[in-house]
Amino acid sequence: MTHDISWIVLGSTVAAALGIGIGVLGPGIGMGRAIAQALDALARQPEAEKILMRTLFIGLAMIESLAIYCLVIILIILFRNPLLAYVLQGG
Amino acid sequence: MESEIFPQVIWRLGPLEITDTLATAVALTLVLWLVGWGLSARLRLHPGPWQTALEAAVLAMEEAVHDLVPRHTAEVAPFIMGLWWFLLAANLIGLIPGLQSPTRDLSITSALALLVFLSVHWFGIRTQGLTAYLRHYLQPFPFLLPFHLVSEITRTVALAVRLFGNMMSLDLVALIVLMLAGFLVPVPVLMLHVVEALVQAYIFGMLALVYIAGGIQAHEAKALGKGGTQ
Repeated sequence: MTHDISWIVLGSTVAAALGIGIGVLGPGIGMGRAIAQALDALARQPEAEKILMRTLFIGLAMIESLAIYCLVIILIILFRNPLLAYVLQGG
Repeated sequence: MESEIFPQVIWRLGPLEITDTLATAVALTLVLWLVGWGLSARLRLHPGPWQTALEAAVLAMEEAVHDLVPRHTAEVAPFIMGLWWFLLAANLIGLIPGLQSPTRDLSITSALALLVFLSVHWFGIRTQGLTAYLRHYLQPFPFLLPFHLVSEITRTVALAVRLFGNMMSLDLVALIVLMLAGFLVPVPVLMLHVVEALVQAYIFGMLALVYIAGGIQAHEAKALGKGGTQ
């Protein structure tokens, strides 16, 4: 049983580290592209700043929530791992 | 470490667990209500510096609401402004040692997201009537109904999880930096926390506003003869 637990701990740690790394990569690229496009539009039409900024912030929040989902899953893996509870109860 | 992440139960009422975050949220609601009541009771025609500053903040918020829902500002603005003030106070109160920020509890952010979810339909039905409001779920094609329903659910969940995840991850980062580096080193992280608290409060209120505007303007755009805008 301790064998099982050590494997689960190892797997969870590796999954958490890899998961946050990969999970942040996509939103990072997406946010970078969004900001670049917004700055481009702002340089062309400075008078549209208000609506651009509002839309940019909302879009960034949408993209950011993808990274936050990733973080929440990883926190579940690390602190409330359902598999660990299952093994502990089963044994 | 775990005690820093999850809210602590301070009092049990049968099956109900009263957590420290819930107690802070209730106390904060009372304080905000009392402050608002006390300040509005003695408004003056020749305002002092405090009244001027608060009026500027309230006017800026009202203008932001007016930009998105021009014809229903008076109905929507109190809800959105209430969200903004509460979230601002709730996000920032975690910086005071010993107090827990209510918004790092998923239950409380879920409650706020649920309020937003219900108010979207409330304002939508109030402005255009039940059948007209329900009909917009069948626009532009009836077979898009499942997508509308899924988007209603996911955006509510996203609203709750976004605020919770942001506030908690910053607390967590400050804690980890404190454990790694020690005294006074997390202060720059906490300064970032202030910025993030402001941005998250703004975004939560703004998204609520955009969702409500989407519910209201489905028929306004048609009435004005323009294309639908969010």
